[in-house]
Amino acid sequence: MSILIDKNTRLVVQGITGRDGGFHTSKMVAYGTNVVAGTSPGKGGAFVGSVPVFNGVKEAVEKEGADTSIIFIPAPFVKDAIMEAADAGVKLIICITEGVPTLDMIFARKYAYSKGAKILGPNCPGLISPGKSLIGIMPGNIFSEGGTGVISRSGTLTYEVVYNLTKEGMGQSTAVGIGGDPVAGLYYIDLLEMFQNDPDTHSIALIGEIGGDAEEQAARYIKEKVTKPVAVYIAGSSAPQGKRMGHAGAIISSGSGSAEEKQDAFRMAGVPVADEPSQIPKLLNTYLKSKV
Amino acid sequence: MKIHEYQAKDLFLAYGIPTITGNVCHDKESCLQAYTGINSPIAVVKAQVHTGGRGKAGGVKLVHNQEELVSNALKILGLEINGFKTEKVLVAEAVDIASEYYLSLVVDRNSKSVIMILSREGGIDIEDVAKKTPEKIHKIPIDPLVGITDFKAREAGFYLFDEFEIVKQFVPMIKNLYTLMVEKDAGLVEINPLVVTKQGRLLAIDAKMTFDDNALYRQSEIESLAELTNEEIVEKEAKNKGFSFVALNGKIGCMVNGAGLAMSTMDTIKLYGGEPANFLDIGGSSNPGKVIEAMKLLLSDPNVNVVLINIFGGITRCDDVAKGLIEAFKSISTDIPIVVRLSGTNEKEGNEMLKGSPFFSASTMGEAIKKAVELSHKNS
Repeated sequence: MSILIDKNTRLVVQGITGRDGGFHTSKMVAYGTNVVAGTSPGKGGAFVGSVPVFNGVKEAVEKEGADTSIIFIPAPFVKDAIMEAADAGVKLIICITEGVPTLDMIFARKYAYSKGAKILGPNCPGLISPGKSLIGIMPGNIFSEGGTGVISRSGTLTYEVVYNLTKEGMGQSTAVGIGGDPVAGLYYIDLLEMFQNDPDTHSIALIGEIGGDAEEQAARYIKEKVTKPVAVYIAGSSAPQGKRMGHAGAIISSGSGSAEEKQDAFRMAGVPVADEPSQIPKLLNTYLKSKV
Repeated sequence: MKIHEYQAKDLFLAYGIPTITGNVCHDKESCLQAYTGINSPIAVVKAQVHTGGRGKAGGVKLVHNQEELVSNALKILGLEINGFKTEKVLVAEAVDIASEYYLSLVVDRNSKSVIMILSREGGIDIEDVAKKTPEKIHKIPIDPLVGITDFKAREAGFYLFDEFEIVKQFVPMIKNLYTLMVEKDAGLVEINPLVVTKQGRLLAIDAKMTFDDNALYRQSEIESLAELTNEEIVEKEAKNKGFSFVALNGKIGCMVNGAGLAMSTMDTIKLYGGEPANFLDIGGSSNPGKVIEAMKLLLSDPNVNVVLINIFGGITRCDDVAKGLIEAFKSISTDIPIVVRLSGTNEKEGNEMLKGSPFFSASTMGEAIKKAVELSHKNS
C-alpha cells in the first residue's frame, strides 16, 4: 500500500497544454501514472500525446473518471483552478504553482474542503508512491519502493534525503512535498496520521524548515499518536531573522519559527534530529534495529 | 512588503476607518508648518520607519509647544531604530485618550485563515502580552467564504468594550478593515493602540500594514509605496533574474538549486566550522547564462574566498548541469577556488565530464562542504 495515490489513481492535468504541464505530463506517463485527461479552456478535443484534452475539469471527471488533479496553471488563476476541480468532484488537488497569493489560497482551500476535496501544495513538488504513481515534478528515477514515508516542505532537499535513503537500501512507500508556502493544504499531522495507518509504511522521515510552528505541532502529535520510528531534519539553522529564505513561508519572525525551537520540540518528543540530511537513514536504521 | 504608518493611515481613510492622519515631514520647516495646521497645542511626533519598537527607541514623542516640537523632531529625524535610519516623521494632533486597545487582522498559518486578534491591553508590546498573559488575548477566525458578518463583528466588539455605543462604532470599523485587507492583499493590519477618546470616539491612532509579495502583481498602487533598503534592492534584482538571494556575512559563496537544499547547505557549512556568504537558490535549469549571472552576484562580494556549487540533478540531469558549468566558466575568470558537487540523475556522466576541469569536485554534499570550509580557512 501507499498513501493518497496508487495504481488506481486517475489523474487530470489542469493546464496540460502549457510548457510545464506538457513536459511533466510526458514524464508522469513515462513513469506509469494513470493520466486520463488534461484541461485547457478552448482546446477541448485536442490530445497531448495520447491524453485527451477537455475544456474543463467537469468533463474530464464525467468522461474519464478523473479523481485527482494536478495544477500547472499560472499563479493568478490558481484560485479558480482549485475551485473548478473541487466543484467537479475531484478528491485530491495537487498544486505545483509557486507564487499564489495567500488570500487566494485561504479562500480556495476553504471552498475545496467544503466540497470534500483535499489539497496538496501550492508551491510543492507533488508526491510519489514509487513503482505505482508519480504526480508532480519529482525525478522518478531517484526513488525506490520500500517502507519509509517521507514528508517535506522542500523539493531538492527531499531528493537529497531520498537519494541517501535509496543509497542505504531504504525505499519509500510514499514521498510527499507539502510545499513552501505559509498557507497550504495537507500538512504534517494529516500525513503523519496516514503513514501511521498505512501497513506498508514502517518508518517516517520528516523534513522541516524555519517559519511557523507546524513542526512543533507535529512533534507533539508524534509523541501522542505515532508508534512508528520517525527521524527529522530541519533546514535553516543559519538563516537570519526576518528574511524570507526562498520559500514564502520560510521566515523567522519576531523570535518564533527558528530551527532551534523546532529541533528542541522534536528532541523533547523523543524524535531523533539529524545534523545534516545524510544522517537520516542511519537514525531510522538505528531506531528500526532497536525495535526488532 | 511593508509600508509606513502614514501610508497605512491614508488607506484607512479611504476605507472609512476613523483615524488621525497628520502630516509627513522631512525637516524642521515642514514640521513647523504641520504644527501650525493643528488646532490644539498638543501634538505627537512619530518616526516613520519600517520597524516596530519605535516608542521604546525614543521615536515617538508628545509635544506641548513649538519649542518642544522642534527639539524633538530634530532628535527623531536621523535617529536609528533597529538599524533603520529615520528620514521622515509624522506630526499629528494628540487626542484625549480614555482607554487603549489592541486590534489586528492577520493571516494565521495554523487555522489557515485570517484571524482577528483582540486585547484590552492596548498600546504595549502585544508579543509580551501573548507570552506573559495569553488569557488577555482573544482570537476569532474569519470564514473566508463569508467574511466578517455583523454578529462576528459584535462578538469581537463586546469582547473589547463594555459600552454598546462603542461597539456600534466598532462594527463598521472592523468590517471595513477586513475589506481593506482582502482588497489590498494585506498579510497584516494592526492598530495598536486603538483608542476610545474622552469624547467617546473610537479612533485608530496607529496603523501598521504588511502586504503579500506574491500578490503585488495585482496591487500596483501598493507596490508603488515600497521603499526598499539597499539589501532589498539587491535581493529584488536577483529575483528578476530568477534567483532567490539573501546576503550573509561569511566567506563561502553558495550556489544551490532549491530553497531547502540552499538553506541546508548554509547550515552544514556552519556545522563544519565555515561561514556562508549567502543564500542563493538558482532554481532548476542547466542554462550557462544563469550560472554566469549567479557567479557575478557571488564574486561581487569581496569577502567571498571560495565558491561552493551544490546541485542535485533531478529532472535537469547532472551531465547537462556539468555541460552548463563548463560552458559558463569559459567566460568567467577568477582565482577563487570552486568546489562542485553534482548528485542525482546521471551523476556518473556529470562528474566524469568535470574531470580535468579547474573545479574541485566531490561526490557527496558533506564531502564538498568539508572541502569548501578547508579551502576557505586556507585562503583567509
